[in-house]
Amino acid sequence: MRYRCNMESERFTTSLRALGLGDRVLTSDAQLAAFGSDALTAFNQRPLAVVVVESAAEVAAVVRRCHEAGVPFVARGSGTSLSGGSVPVEGGIVIALNRMNRVLSVDPDARIAVVEPGVINLAVSAAAAAHGLAYAPDPSSQSVCTIGGNLAFNSGGAHCLKHGMTANHILGLRAVLPDGEVVDLGGESTEHVGPDWAGMFCGCEGLFGIAVEATLRLVPVPESVRTALAVFDSLERAGEAVAAIVGAGLVPVAMEIMDALAIEAAEASVKPAYPSGAALLIVELEGDEAVVEHELAAVEALLREAGCGELRATADPGERALIWKGRKSAFSAVGWLAPDYIVQDGVVPRTRLGEALREIDRLGAERGIRVANVFHAGDGNLHPLILYDGREEGAVERAEELAADILALCVDLGGSITGEHGVGVEKRDHMKLMFSAEDLGLMEDLRAAVDPGRLANPGKMLIPPPSASPAAVPNPAATA
Amino acid sequence: MSALVASDVAAVQAAVREGRPLLPVAGGTHPASVPGPDGPVRVLDVSGLAGIVDYDPAELTFTARPGTPLAEIEQMLAANGQHLPFDPPRLGPDATLGGAVAAGVTGPGGFAAGIRDFVVGVRFVDGTGRLAAGGGRVVKNAAGFDLPKLMVGSLGRLGVMVELSLKVFPRPEATASLRFPTVGLAAGLAAIAALARGPITPLALDLAADGAVTARVGAAAELIAARAERLARSIEPHGEPLAAAEHGPRSATSPGEVAAGDASHWGEARRFAWVGDDARLVVVPTAPRRIATLDAELDSRGLRRRYGLAANVAWIAWPEATPVAELSALLAAHAMSGLVLTGAPLPEPLIGAAAGGAFARRIAGALDPRGTFAGGSR
Repeated sequence: MRYRCNMESERFTTSLRALGLGDRVLTSDAQLAAFGSDALTAFNQRPLAVVVVESAAEVAAVVRRCHEAGVPFVARGSGTSLSGGSVPVEGGIVIALNRMNRVLSVDPDARIAVVEPGVINLAVSAAAAAHGLAYAPDPSSQSVCTIGGNLAFNSGGAHCLKHGMTANHILGLRAVLPDGEVVDLGGESTEHVGPDWAGMFCGCEGLFGIAVEATLRLVPVPESVRTALAVFDSLERAGEAVAAIVGAGLVPVAMEIMDALAIEAAEASVKPAYPSGAALLIVELEGDEAVVEHELAAVEALLREAGCGELRATADPGERALIWKGRKSAFSAVGWLAPDYIVQDGVVPRTRLGEALREIDRLGAERGIRVANVFHAGDGNLHPLILYDGREEGAVERAEELAADILALCVDLGGSITGEHGVGVEKRDHMKLMFSAEDLGLMEDLRAAVDPGRLANPGKMLIPPPSASPAAVPNPAATA
Repeated sequence: MSALVASDVAAVQAAVREGRPLLPVAGGTHPASVPGPDGPVRVLDVSGLAGIVDYDPAELTFTARPGTPLAEIEQMLAANGQHLPFDPPRLGPDATLGGAVAAGVTGPGGFAAGIRDFVVGVRFVDGTGRLAAGGGRVVKNAAGFDLPKLMVGSLGRLGVMVELSLKVFPRPEATASLRFPTVGLAAGLAAIAALARGPITPLALDLAADGAVTARVGAAAELIAARAERLARSIEPHGEPLAAAEHGPRSATSPGEVAAGDASHWGEARRFAWVGDDARLVVVPTAPRRIATLDAELDSRGLRRRYGLAANVAWIAWPEATPVAELSALLAAHAMSGLVLTGAPLPEPLIGAAAGGAFARRIAGALDPRGTFAGGSR
């Protein structure tokens, strides 16, 4: 039952306060304003309330209360989702996890850390640094985004090329299922026996419940890191250079490409002093000194062979930080070029990068829309930034049409509609490009088995079937 | 019961839709999980569901049917300087890709490259006969539930896999192995911890029950000698190059002996030859800080065992003559789980503490509501 009348919703929020949450149940307009949307600001929904929890037991109690009352909920960390993943559900509450921000333990011998979900991504590496260890997944928002959100959306980052996405670094987790039951999945080993339940929970976009604790794999801080910058006279050439590096049996830790428009935006904002050109390729190598030296020489030779212009490499931490600052702030920097933009997150097989970029260019030109390109070239993960001015009539719709065409293109080329931002609200209509009705039916069945009341972040990833109003489904307690 | 044979998707669907209990089997190199001839569960022979579907070396991915022999895949990858970095156990010449994924076991050479990180796409037939897909063929993909990961370790009990896409890595041009003569488990664990956190990430880090540590390192041919030397000297006592077994118990001296020692040691390790014919191979995920307690238990029973992947897993040789229930109870008492891979068929090869709780029950119930892959009940 969703709360339509004030008296019912007041009774519900009062019952939440009675769980010992007191003034951590926020209901005033001023308090709720900040929670209406996430980093994808096109979607906004006022929640019924925001509950600021401080422990796993509180999360379980609040979720159980939601289950009893049939009230939907969404967990939220820093609200940096680029797919609308943490946008509130109408008539539902937001469970804010930011105060659950403790690193519970670091075991340097096992190279693992146990953390609460509200821990900021970079804080894990900070806590591990004393032991010469770091947490590898590095979304661009890593200075603010939380591990809980990374886990729920299987976040990526520039350094996934070598290290893999978030799910590869979550060895175990404790989760509150949508009826309030608490389960432990995985463990502290890199190995597991039986189905990979922890892996299955990662990337569920909140549909399977809320992770309240996670055991993370840590990696040694590399002895040596070298970052090379190379300019090319076309995106296609830069893409060919990437293919040549992979083809030569090298796995750099990151390979990123920015086009002229993205370079311009970065220079206008954080001034990373990039060499100018039609395309900039960033290649980062890490490891022990001898191997990095050897691989850098090989990479430089391949870049020259691929026809690069200016080429420079640095080991200096300050210079490297600036290079990455320019790259990681590229999305927000695009704000210097246009009042509004849509970020896309499609993936194509890496050998088809050149083809994809040519086609994106053509599709943009056809509509007279400027597209800036920033992408994780090494794994074929594109981030076209579609620039528009929302004040112009029909501009939003034209930009969205182009975005949809680009996703269809990625799937046609054998790729995916999302590499690391998740489906969220934004791309749920595009799931059918990738998956058949049977595939989607099976995913819906899995969700319904875990959450028969469809209360855990409904409306994200999957489009609920028409019959699935919460009142029409059986009491989950009877089928669990 | 006679075996059913399914060599294409339609035949798999037809067999599943009959609704009688069955389990897919291909190479049969994990016999403990194969249904016994006298039990209620039929074998669905999927060894004919084989062949490479797609492989472009520049993508570092391939797609193949699950009955494809690992040997065929390795040969194909090796011809292009690539390999399966998770080094799946080779418990027989007929080991298949589907079997490796269904068992979900990383082999001795797969430190820091566990099998769960390399399966990127799957097509499978669920317990209702429905053909569904998850993941894709690209290395990075966040669309939909991670069904490829769910299949890793599923033992064929959540669906019959009919196609798999995997990520692969370039194969190191050269490899070398070292033995660190550490004495006692505590010293061995300390050596493992130091090596695993050092600047050179090994391909393998094994610990013997007597405390000796064996490490394997890879690199470009012109770097391998110096790299191995640096790793050898990075801790006390220093490591020594491994000699091949036929050279007797001593260090290798010539480059040829070093290479032969490396190849023969890991070839034998991934066959788990040391387990012997009279014992079952049991895989138990663990953690460095839990090894001492576990080892005391295993030692008191006189069991052969090794610890792999930097003390993240125990490999135990459990005597075939001793009931598996005893080991199951021992593991459960320490909140550990295990998987019995070899030996006579068992009704339940997963032993020790149960994993996944209500989440596991609900997901399994949705994929296989009639319990077709669970012996007829859920």
